Amino acid sequence: MTAASVRPSQPRPRQPRRREAYGRAGWGVVAWVVGIAFFLPVFWMVLTAFKPESAAETWPPRFVFTPTLAEFRLVFSGMGPYLTHSVIATVGSTILVLLLGVPAAYALSVHPVKRWRDGLFFFISTKMLPIVAAIGPLYVIAQHAHLLDSIWLLIILYTAMNLPLAVWMIRSFMLEVPGELLEAAQLDGAGRVREITEVILPIVSPGLISTALICVIFAWNELFLAINLTTTNAATMPMYLISSVPQEGLYIAHLSAAATVASVPVIIVGWIAQRSLVRGLAMGAIK
Amino acid sequence: MTVAETGAAPARQASIRPRTATQRERWLRRLPLLPALIYVVVVTQIPFVVTLWYSFENYFWDQPGGATFAGFRNYTTAFTNAAFRGSLVRSVVMTASSVIIAMVLGVIFAILLDRKFFGRGVVRTLIITPFLIMPAAAALVWAGPMLDPTFGLVNYLLQPFGVHHVAWLSSDALISVIAVMVWQWTPFMTLIVLAGLQSQPPDTLEAAKVDGAGALATFRELTLPHLRPYIELGILLGSIYLVNSFDAVRLMTNGGPGTSTTNLPFYLYQQVNYAFDVGGAAAAGVITVILTIIVATFALRLFARVFQFEEAGV
Amino acid sequence: MRSSLVRLRRLGAAGGVAAVLAVAACSSGGGTSGGGNDSNSGTVTVAVVSNPLITGQMVPLTTSVFEKKYPNIKVKFATYTEGDLRAAIEKDVSTHSNAFNVIMIGPYEAPLFARNGWLDNLSTQFISKDASYDAGDLLPPIAKALSYKSSMYAVPFYGESSMMYYRKDLFAKAGLTMPQHPTWAQIASFAAKLNKPGKVTGICLRGLAGWGDNMAALDTVVNTFGGEWFNQKWQPQLTSPAFEKATSFYVNLVRKYGESGASNDSFNQLLTLYGQGKCAMWYDATVAATSIATTYPSVFKQTGYAFAPTDLTKSSGWLWTWSLGIPQGTSSQGAAWKFVSWATSKSYDQLVAHKYGWSAVPPGTRTSLYKNPDYLKAASAFAPITLASIDGTDPNHPTLHPVPYVGIQYVDIPQFESLGLAVAQQIAGAIAGTETVSQALKASQSAASQYTPQELSGS
Repeated sequence: MTAASVRPSQPRPRQPRRREAYGRAGWGVVAWVVGIAFFLPVFWMVLTAFKPESAAETWPPRFVFTPTLAEFRLVFSGMGPYLTHSVIATVGSTILVLLLGVPAAYALSVHPVKRWRDGLFFFISTKMLPIVAAIGPLYVIAQHAHLLDSIWLLIILYTAMNLPLAVWMIRSFMLEVPGELLEAAQLDGAGRVREITEVILPIVSPGLISTALICVIFAWNELFLAINLTTTNAATMPMYLISSVPQEGLYIAHLSAAATVASVPVIIVGWIAQRSLVRGLAMGAIK
Repeated sequence: MTVAETGAAPARQASIRPRTATQRERWLRRLPLLPALIYVVVVTQIPFVVTLWYSFENYFWDQPGGATFAGFRNYTTAFTNAAFRGSLVRSVVMTASSVIIAMVLGVIFAILLDRKFFGRGVVRTLIITPFLIMPAAAALVWAGPMLDPTFGLVNYLLQPFGVHHVAWLSSDALISVIAVMVWQWTPFMTLIVLAGLQSQPPDTLEAAKVDGAGALATFRELTLPHLRPYIELGILLGSIYLVNSFDAVRLMTNGGPGTSTTNLPFYLYQQVNYAFDVGGAAAAGVITVILTIIVATFALRLFARVFQFEEAGV
Repeated sequence: MRSSLVRLRRLGAAGGVAAVLAVAACSSGGGTSGGGNDSNSGTVTVAVVSNPLITGQMVPLTTSVFEKKYPNIKVKFATYTEGDLRAAIEKDVSTHSNAFNVIMIGPYEAPLFARNGWLDNLSTQFISKDASYDAGDLLPPIAKALSYKSSMYAVPFYGESSMMYYRKDLFAKAGLTMPQHPTWAQIASFAAKLNKPGKVTGICLRGLAGWGDNMAALDTVVNTFGGEWFNQKWQPQLTSPAFEKATSFYVNLVRKYGESGASNDSFNQLLTLYGQGKCAMWYDATVAATSIATTYPSVFKQTGYAFAPTDLTKSSGWLWTWSLGIPQGTSSQGAAWKFVSWATSKSYDQLVAHKYGWSAVPPGTRTSLYKNPDYLKAASAFAPITLASIDGTDPNHPTLHPVPYVGIQYVDIPQFESLGLAVAQQIAGAIAGTETVSQALKASQSAASQYTPQELSGS
């Protein structure tokens, strides 16, 4: 930029930059306050996990105390099989969801089938039957299929549980793909497959990641189906968590420790995933 | 039926491809959809048919003898049961309030997170964390360490404002349950709206800034219309999930005091877990499906623009 | 660059699917396996309720002692909250899924399951052949509560009644004395004098909606005030004068001199309150003494005990026991009995005492425990009154007037689970102040009136 090209509409150079800096700082402060306020109950839960059971709830609530790892030790010694089952069910179902959902979303957005509206409505209608009403019939079906207490049952059901969401979300992201790019690829002579892999997938990959993250969260935290259809061979982390609520005893510290440990894998996945939610990853780079 | 009839968005693709070998074209379009479609049909419709079957049966898990034919009795019982009707009303109230509040907060948070500032990634993780915690654990932590009248953190933090040992789950049970549901689902809304914000083409925003448009005007004229499909998607998906959630009710108030927080899934849960009434729960479920389809059809016609995509950008 | 990224992702996905499928194939499979009739081998899946006596003692001792003693028996625990446990068990036995070899049930389920033919008759099938078990040592009310037609269908792991806990120091400071057998009227006057809002609550009582939560306590009050759930003709009596008087008394006592937010409190919350010194009195299960002793030793020193308060009857404590039964038709029955008899035996008590101390031993099941000098020394504060409370119960005659049902703090009919919950929700509403007692009882009465006498009597 040379001195000659200073635009006449631009006011004095230094002022807006400082105002911009203040504005941005203020923005940041508000965001931090909101973030901390929202996170506070989680922070309190994690803090409580380090307290002894007899002092888990006190008045006034204590922020400073001597921490103990007793509850965490109990959790780590007890959670082994539950963790394995959760990982298998979550990873298995999410991969299956993506494998089935990406082509389906494609068929409902970019080169849509004739009755794409009905297709979308059908997918979302499968979630209209409250799962609580169907649990009895589901139990009977699973029993006859010899799938009770099997990790396969959880993978199958979690996939069906998350597919409608995945199809709807991935479809919205695919609709964002600019028409000219598709045109250009077509003029290049690309077939359907290359269209998907070279044009569409790179653009929607942040959306794919956030969809996968949401599917992982739902599968990882799912309690109702797990507790009703499994007992010991496929019991998942949520079942371990709820089993720490006794009918006559103290449990807050132990529950907090179990919930903290159970959340860590999802938080790690979430942190990795949200790094891709950065503007300009796909759009700017292509252009 | 030509491609042009199926909506505004796909129409732009229609102009690209020449219409040849229509039969093959149609199957090529269907093929990617088939695996998911067949899978979902098999895995969800079989249980639905079996549920329908059981809705006409007398089947209690605490009685020997299995299922016996009951005709429409389960349906008449459900219709005449004030508890069932009440739970439907409460479900609507709880779901609508949670969804609307969560979406409003979601949009605000997404806007906050869209700008660059120091530690943005950390704040994003902080805001998303409530969604990552197991709903059952969140409900128990809120019921105990947060909202307890004697030991709760909320009462402690509100002390300077003159609040003293409020028994939230007794006097404000419905609000407390809705607050927890909102707390857990706002991150979901934030994620969806944020994805929408991130997908907004930056050049149109640049153009607006160069033209001298203020932030509020840009938001109103450019961003909000771009976000509309995402907001509607969030509301649709959020409603579907929130209408089925009952962990907060079960673990915080057990449906009470009285039945003031008994929503539909909790009512069904009582039918299944306490009355062991598989047939009755199935009938209530089928009624719910029919009602939901009716409401959804109306709602989707009202929000017909979910299926169309009027975007401001490219 | 981009296409290789995509290719990499595809490879990763494929590899991931393959790995997951492989691991899933290895770890899938359900139901009980192996064992047959050999009583020394097999997999025993036990459905239990979550409870410190179980998760903190039974489970670790099973791994460290039982499985070493019987190396070919593998024990797996499925732990549930009380509400989930009943549903899991009912589903399993009524559909004959046979996922559980041993189930943890109480005196509510045992006779009902036995009547349905869902449980092994432990007396004839196992106890009569196992001389070392000594079923005669079991406390009579407990053994009777788990029996059907004079045979035992479950054996007790721990038992409890209810009693009044109070702070001796606060009573002394106020110049009050707690009699050994107080009346509810006396308790109300004590509560009024000891209640210091913001510091100490006069009395802590259960209010959480649940037939085993607030209704357990309220039922004992109803019984001793002369009320009953059903008369001899199976007509519900929830709006009778006695029932109304008892409920008004209870609700008003809680609202005036009880803890705030009582409609959400059950044993766990009240234990925390009492242990932190917020309650002058606490009416709850006898097993709370064990919890107070182990978790709040300083408050334990100041705790005194009195029998469950009465009004018109001689005693009013409730009776509950968590016990183990063996469903009919399951595999590995011999191994299942080995586990059941081990976990409810005298030697098990010795194991617990050795590892956790005598005061932590599961109380309320065997007479021999209450004759054991080591136990009496360690639990001297509460052992005698616990034993006397349990011995003073009679679930077959729980009320002032004769009634057609069995059960002190429950009505042993299948419909009670959902009816009890419905009434409990109304009572919780009255305690929270969202409805009046008479409104709550009217709603409860109409809920109970939905059943015909034929349905209730099971004929």
